[in-house]
Amino acid sequence: MSQADLSIHGQVSRTDATEMMTAPTFSVAAKKMAMWLFIIADTATFAGCLVAYGFIRNATPDWPRPFHSISNVLVMTLVLLTSSLTMLIAVRHAEAGDKAKAFRWTMITAVCGIMFAVLHIKEWMGMIGEGATLFHNPWGTPLFSSLFFSITGLHLLHVTGGVVALIAVGLRYQGGRYNADDLEITGLYWHFVDLVWMFVVPLVYLLNLSH
Amino acid sequence: MTTAATHKNSGMMKDLIVFVCILALAGLQFVIAYQNITASEMFVRMLSVAVIEAALALLFFMHLAENRGLLWFVGIFTVFVLLAMQYGWTDSFRIVDGVKWAK
Repeated sequence: MSQADLSIHGQVSRTDATEMMTAPTFSVAAKKMAMWLFIIADTATFAGCLVAYGFIRNATPDWPRPFHSISNVLVMTLVLLTSSLTMLIAVRHAEAGDKAKAFRWTMITAVCGIMFAVLHIKEWMGMIGEGATLFHNPWGTPLFSSLFFSITGLHLLHVTGGVVALIAVGLRYQGGRYNADDLEITGLYWHFVDLVWMFVVPLVYLLNLSH
Repeated sequence: MTTAATHKNSGMMKDLIVFVCILALAGLQFVIAYQNITASEMFVRMLSVAVIEAALALLFFMHLAENRGLLWFVGIFTVFVLLAMQYGWTDSFRIVDGVKWAK
């Protein structure tokens, strides 16, 4: 019985079986799937931190509300959200085969990331100047400062890593070693960093605004 | 204009609309922060807005809307993990209020 006969009789041919085994999961390339798995794992990390923060905040009766102005956070949010848009533009240009524009927009995204990090450090310096450190809080329970610096620090670490990745992938994409898919995968990570900030801002900053 | 260029432009227009929506929602969170409401009400409102923002980012910025299989995979795993974590969080009420039925 030939392969063709096997297929006709409802059995899977060797070629079909090979295709089934090598077909990417959910029609997503292996590299992109790996990034999604990393994002799911990192979501659990951040969710764990935020749940721990919620637990401690709820269980502490005299939780401090030290933020008088949130203008700096507003600018930081605007910069990070805009960086997601610039990343999308970079990926669109890469998909269309416009290498120069894709590289330029990737670098603009990296610059936005650097701006965010600088504003973040400025925010930290302001708080450190008022006496807040990882183990000391001038407004009450030291747990506030510990959680604030831990959560925002973990996010800042992700932004810093993202900026390095954007520059490295952007340069390699321009050099021809990476393709549009690689740029898109880096973009996925960058959007994730942006997504986490959407939860950090209300929980860590806005809920602690002094009225 | 070529088909690829038309596709790129329409895609960018969609990205821009989603970006404006997310920006407006982020602005709404800042407005909620200045409302004269209780912390728990503020928490619920802000978290609801954040979830909508995140959904928009996931579906359109991260292109999950284009791949239904991956959407279910990511959705089920993430929601399961997030819901499982709520078990520990609610225990904080016991620390503040004690175990009422044990008194």
